[in-house]
Amino acid sequence: MTKPLTTDELAAVTEQQAAAAKTIFGFWVYLMTDCVLFATLFATFAVLRNNTFGGPAGNELFSLPFVLIETLVLLTSSFTVGLGVLAARRRDRNQVLLFFGITMLLGIFFLTMELTEFHKLYVEGNSWRRSGFLSAFFTLVGTHGLHIASGLLWMAIMMLRTARHGLTDLSIKRLTMLSMFWHFLDIIWIFIFTVVYLMAGVV
Amino acid sequence: MWGRLNWHAFNNGLVALGGQLTMLLALLAVAALLTYTHRWKWLWREWLTSLDHKKIGIMYLAVAVLMMLRGLADAAMVRTQQATSVGSSHGFLSPDHFQQVFSAHGTIMIFFVAMGLMFGLINLIMPLQIGSRDVAFPFLNSVSFWLFASGMILINVSLLVGEFSAAGWLAYPPLSELAYSPGVGVDYWIWALQIAGVGSLLSGINFLVTILRMRRPGMTLMKMPLFTWSVLNAMVLVIFAFPVLTATLLMLALDRTLGMHFFTAGGGGNAMMYVNLIWAWGHPEVYILVLPAFGIYSEVVATFSRKPIFGYTSMVWALMAISFLSYTVWLHHFFTMGAGADVNAFFGITTMIIAIPTGVKIFNWLFTMYRGRIKFVTPMQWFLGFVVTFSLGGMAGVMMAVPAIDFQVHNSLFLVAHFHTMIVGGVVFGFFAGLTYWFPKFFGFRLNERLGRYAFWCWFVGFLLAFVPLYILGLMGATRRLDHYDASLGWQGLFIVAGIGVMVIIAGAGFQILQLIVSIKQRNDNLDTTGDPWNGRTLEWATTSPAPVYNFALLPPVGERDAFWATKRRKKSDEEPVYEDIYLPKNSGFGFYIGVGSFITGFALIWHIWWLAPLGLLSVIACIIIRSTDEDTEYRISAAQVAKIEAGQEV
Repeated sequence: MTKPLTTDELAAVTEQQAAAAKTIFGFWVYLMTDCVLFATLFATFAVLRNNTFGGPAGNELFSLPFVLIETLVLLTSSFTVGLGVLAARRRDRNQVLLFFGITMLLGIFFLTMELTEFHKLYVEGNSWRRSGFLSAFFTLVGTHGLHIASGLLWMAIMMLRTARHGLTDLSIKRLTMLSMFWHFLDIIWIFIFTVVYLMAGVV
Repeated sequence: MWGRLNWHAFNNGLVALGGQLTMLLALLAVAALLTYTHRWKWLWREWLTSLDHKKIGIMYLAVAVLMMLRGLADAAMVRTQQATSVGSSHGFLSPDHFQQVFSAHGTIMIFFVAMGLMFGLINLIMPLQIGSRDVAFPFLNSVSFWLFASGMILINVSLLVGEFSAAGWLAYPPLSELAYSPGVGVDYWIWALQIAGVGSLLSGINFLVTILRMRRPGMTLMKMPLFTWSVLNAMVLVIFAFPVLTATLLMLALDRTLGMHFFTAGGGGNAMMYVNLIWAWGHPEVYILVLPAFGIYSEVVATFSRKPIFGYTSMVWALMAISFLSYTVWLHHFFTMGAGADVNAFFGITTMIIAIPTGVKIFNWLFTMYRGRIKFVTPMQWFLGFVVTFSLGGMAGVMMAVPAIDFQVHNSLFLVAHFHTMIVGGVVFGFFAGLTYWFPKFFGFRLNERLGRYAFWCWFVGFLLAFVPLYILGLMGATRRLDHYDASLGWQGLFIVAGIGVMVIIAGAGFQILQLIVSIKQRNDNLDTTGDPWNGRTLEWATTSPAPVYNFALLPPVGERDAFWATKRRKKSDEEPVYEDIYLPKNSGFGFYIGVGSFITGFALIWHIWWLAPLGLLSVIACIIIRSTDEDTEYRISAAQVAKIEAGQEV
């Protein structure tokens, strides 16, 4: 049986928790600002989606099965990152490395697919210079991709540090925030999938 | 190798040369002074790397005051040009240079003066008001400041290297697009604001979390001082508004550098979308500035009337109503877009509704004064000056909220006069009141009263002289941003009066500088030894002046509104205070390095130096990573040391 904490120890623990809660709350607020940023880009896309300027429209460019695979990959990564955080709470270092590792691979796979799509559009002459619609498309989807890339960088650093120093209170807090970031990007992607790709068929 | 940058960029004609030389000489003088007094290390250790919110606040104020001098110089140039450039005379500025000057004036005054004064005052006072030892994220606070500073340096570098935007303070496309503004001016505008804007956004998050999570136990939301309430509202606005600015500037930058078509005239772009987006940020921005000023008036009026604020609850709800409504009015900046009668009517009505909570506040302040024991010191003068100017400007605003009237005065000097009445008469007067009121808390002595009065009267009279003619000129049909007009219009007389007005305002600023110098010289006569020079009501007065590094040796108790006032009414306990160890954030240079990296990135993007931009960005990322590995970020002040400092034995 564990010994009950003394008053001082209890106070110290509460203080630590309060500090961690403060950081996580701050991170929530940051995510909301990011949400407004994406909202702006979505609004822009909605305004410009028919401004094809004689160029191709969305339904002529996008392959829905391809994007569906992208979506499933990202959704799966959200699941594995959740498992990773649960493992971190259990302080199971190996499982943290395993699940965050899988998440990272899925993330890289997603990003590669996205870049493949961008490249294909570019070489076919449908770059961001082609029309207002394509400018909005590349910016909205690309901003999400940049977020994914920074999430991957963050993940790599967290994994390196976890492998080397194990799990500390600080790193568990950071892993929690990283998973919040990842879930947030997943939600944004659901909207991109709907508004950009599925609704491309709606003229 | 150096992108668009070449020797030609350094040569911008005689008038610019004057500015360049002044700036370089000032920099050299400061550098020489620092070297002569061996203060470089001191500057680095005590200020540039400090994470103390009070020192960061003072640095914000220093930057803002410097920028105000530059903004005033720009204003004087605009006024001189418009007073002299009539008929056959074309004034002393070329049309292009004139456009750069008014663009720089607006940009600098809003982003680097008003925002700087606001964040400075918030940093200095808000944590003290809620009885906290620091802000929620001290390192982030330093990063915010250095992003703000690097944006400020970028905008001033445009005076030395290249040119500034000639597209107005909001750079409407298609004029601001590459096709019509091929130079680097608009890029300077974009990246200076982008960098400073990210800093503001981070500050918004920081202060919001500070207010919501770090108040003293007992200080419930409805017991917070009204300045803190106004900051809370303003920061919520920052959080919702600044991401829109970031996205909008990004899109304009993508148009200009990667050839996208968001706002271009051809290619399927939509220029009016930019105008909508920039005002979706821009209108709340006005309230981001004015709400903290409202908060300051609430503190000043209550203190100097020796009464609790009248109608506290209605004051809080008025703040929230204004905050909410500020997101529903952006279209009134461009009724002429052609949105149709129903849309214009909606935005016209919401605009008029804002006058109601604002009116509630004005009357509450006046009712606070009613039967108060009023001390008529300079902060109160600024307040009363504000009541006059702000009410006038507010009425002009309600007038323009009628779309039919707005069509007549759109883009005229009437509008220019209106928003200057709100921003000078509302925001700037408020910040001056706050600076005078809280000055002893920052530096330990009061400002000279007499020179403060001279400054106030110069600003107030100068303001009326400068802007009443603009209201009249606007109704006579003078559009804004004119670099030349025909003599037969008969406008010159009024333009000359307006020019004299600006000179009187500058005399006011001169008195303020003189006031600062004289007050420093005579500081021993005006020392604030009690920490409570005005018989204050809120917690910032519960500690010594200037506040010690840890703000409060013993965190003050809070049971009611005006917590310090209540404490003063209670009997003092005779018990010996028992101090505890205090943990405070260590200094860190990484905020500064991140600022430098951002500056390099911005500069490289402006000049298309494509190898340097990623290098700058990478250095910023590297700084963040390295900083994140440092887990030993606090230092301890032992209870014994606190006792010594409190006894005045150690500073």
